[in-house]
Amino acid sequence: MNSKGPPRRARSGHANLTAHGEPWVWLTASSLALAIAMIVGLLSFIAWRGLATFWPVPLELVMLTDGRRLLGEVTEQEPVEPATAAAVGHPARRLIRTGDFDSSGNHYEWIDDPTITEIARPEWATVVERLDAGRLHGIPRRLLHGEQVVAEGAAEVWKAFGREHPGARGRLLRGLRIDKHERGELQRQLRAARLAVVQAGLDAGAGSERQAEAEQREQKLAGEIGRREQALDEETAKLRGENAGWAVEFETASGGSVPVPLDGIVRAWQPNRLSLAGNLGVYFSRWGEFLGDDPREANSAGGVFPAIWGTVTMTLIMALFVAPFGVLAALYLREYASRGPITTAVRVAINNLAGVPSIVYGAFGLGFFCYVVGAGIDDVFFKASLVADGQPTFGTGGLLWASLTLALLTLPVVIVATEEALSAVPNSMREGSYACGAGKWQTIRRIVLPRALPGIMTGLILAMARGAGEVAPLMLVGVKKLALELPVDGTFPFVHPEREFMHLAYLIYDVGFQSPNSQAARPMVFTITFLLVAIIALLNVAAIWLRSRLRRRFVSQHF
Amino acid sequence: MQSLERPSQGIGSEAVGRPTEPPPDRLIAVAAGLEVEAEVHDGVLKEPPVLEIDRFNLWYGAKQALHRIAMPIPLNKVTALVGPSGCGKSTLLRSVNRLNDLVQSVRITGDMRLNGDSIYDPRMDVIELRKRMGMVFQKPNPFPMSIYENVVYALRIDGETSRGVLDEVCEMSLRGAALWDEVKDRLQDSALGLSGGQQQRLCIARAIAAEPEVLLLDEPCSALDPIATGKVEDLIQELRGRYSVLIVTHNMQQASRSSDYTAFMYLGRLIEYGATPDIFTKPVLRETEAYVTGRFG
Repeated sequence: MNSKGPPRRARSGHANLTAHGEPWVWLTASSLALAIAMIVGLLSFIAWRGLATFWPVPLELVMLTDGRRLLGEVTEQEPVEPATAAAVGHPARRLIRTGDFDSSGNHYEWIDDPTITEIARPEWATVVERLDAGRLHGIPRRLLHGEQVVAEGAAEVWKAFGREHPGARGRLLRGLRIDKHERGELQRQLRAARLAVVQAGLDAGAGSERQAEAEQREQKLAGEIGRREQALDEETAKLRGENAGWAVEFETASGGSVPVPLDGIVRAWQPNRLSLAGNLGVYFSRWGEFLGDDPREANSAGGVFPAIWGTVTMTLIMALFVAPFGVLAALYLREYASRGPITTAVRVAINNLAGVPSIVYGAFGLGFFCYVVGAGIDDVFFKASLVADGQPTFGTGGLLWASLTLALLTLPVVIVATEEALSAVPNSMREGSYACGAGKWQTIRRIVLPRALPGIMTGLILAMARGAGEVAPLMLVGVKKLALELPVDGTFPFVHPEREFMHLAYLIYDVGFQSPNSQAARPMVFTITFLLVAIIALLNVAAIWLRSRLRRRFVSQHF
Repeated sequence: MQSLERPSQGIGSEAVGRPTEPPPDRLIAVAAGLEVEAEVHDGVLKEPPVLEIDRFNLWYGAKQALHRIAMPIPLNKVTALVGPSGCGKSTLLRSVNRLNDLVQSVRITGDMRLNGDSIYDPRMDVIELRKRMGMVFQKPNPFPMSIYENVVYALRIDGETSRGVLDEVCEMSLRGAALWDEVKDRLQDSALGLSGGQQQRLCIARAIAAEPEVLLLDEPCSALDPIATGKVEDLIQELRGRYSVLIVTHNMQQASRSSDYTAFMYLGRLIEYGATPDIFTKPVLRETEAYVTGRFG
């Protein structure tokens, strides 16, 4: 405007750069990119390894210079650099899952590449998943029924196997179900009657009339149960009898012949002949077993259904405890408590609780819930069990105590998130409600809580995600390596809060680091991890969906 | 060149510090902390009062915000409270339904009487008291629920469950707030989806749903655009004669248009109080004239 004014100071390019903020955009964007790369990298690694576990891999017949023959899946290959090879002392090599534990005593074997003379893929090579003793790789030779040879030759045997196996497997499973459920139910009734006798003795004194009555009842029940068990015995004996004698004989790579009982075969497939549809069939059948069945062979095979069930029930029960407690505590802290040093101290203490190592909560849960509260409950209500066979009911780890321990652990998360959500409710809404003549509680219930609900849900989501992935405290308060009796099932009273349970996160630790056959268990670790992440994601998605529905209802688009 | 300094509605003391014209003496006296006698016209005192404010003082901590306010609020008339920002209009309004109780540092002396009942009597149940009044705030504050539930909120908290009663009150109130025709087809929609002006009229409907003895309006148009403001002002005109309204406003035109009586407040004191035409055309005090004509404040 005015050319005669003082000369304008030339502005440096540096100032311009800072003012435009380019470097900050790059800095912030790259931090986010790094975070996303790590998350996506980790998740896709887990997903890839986890999802690939059950895909059938071709069986290779490897012939070695020393005349040995191996039939197996190549699970790993190590192309060692010549320089390092010299230093390590071996050339390129590969890890083969031999599936010939019976004769070699190994599940896996490292083979140096130069010792290999020939590699073939025999058409009829079969992977046999056995109920126990792990996998077997071999070529079917004969199907036997007692002394009688039903089929001979790989193709014939395979056809006959497809015909006979489902029936045999079905009979086996029915037998197992009878053992587990029906016989288990009888045992439970018998134990209840026996405990009633002890209880009567405790209540009315040994040798009293009541105890005598209870004893009579027990004897009557024992007689009846004996008869029913006999019936069950007959049924299972019949099932076993039908399965007896049926066996498939496989020829292993080393030339030996291994007979496998027909009902001892979980599943068999011939990876070298499978079409895409066949591959998919095997793949989904293995996923089905994984998701729906009980574990076998020290958790390294079979399914993880009890662990899925345990994880989900525990997380939901935990949420059931932590949500009301956390919300009520935060309500008092934010809405009722007068601001002052004590409130501040309480708030700081809650925030600090979030930093306490989780194993400390585990120790607290064991010491307080199990040994004090649980023992107290046992003493009053379940003394008979304690006296009769020294078996605590609530005085040991269990679903209830694990859920409570994790509820304590996640309480700070819920309280802090709820407080944030409450303080985000505009004061004008509270005042509007008071001006209508509403009391404090009416205002909280009708205005503040609905408006804060999405924020509270966020806290609960965080708490559930944290609780579902926790391992350390659970090891002390009720998670077991193997617990096939589900904490929530079809037997009265349907929820068994005192039962020990399995948990996916603990299963990862157990299968990955405590398994005798760790090499075979490693793919399972990835699959279980994938499953756990997927379950947590599923729980979160459900909660987020709920939250967005609430948000649409309660949060304004205007102002 | 044009002066950039225009009389703005700034903080009261600032306006005194930099007046465009020498300030009237009374306001200097008030700013110096002296007590001045309020000029209350006789016409106000002849009206039957619904609310009597009796030598009311209020402190926020150590700072006194209201000084010996004494004024009757006439029954079934619209009374406007005007004055520069920070003069205590809103504080006075919030003292009527004791919303200031929620502020921890507040202390009061003096009393108010609603139809003869002492508001600050320790035996007065503050919840029962607020049920006898309705209040509308600066910013529309509809509750996070449906339009219907917003209107019948006061009845709901009283435990009214009869559908017939609720429906009737809802319609009456929405008609009373000139909103019925706009929302009658979407009563179950969220109130938060309404426009700002509709939200404010909804808040008025909510306030009149419980048949209040006094309706308190705290700058009800300050967050609204001119068209919405016009609608709310028309509504206030309609409420005239049916409800006793006490309205705080910054807007002189609004006060002169829609009120029967006007009280001018300054730094926590009542300066002049009389019939609106008198206050705007022939005020007793030249301080009042200076303010209502926009020469300061």
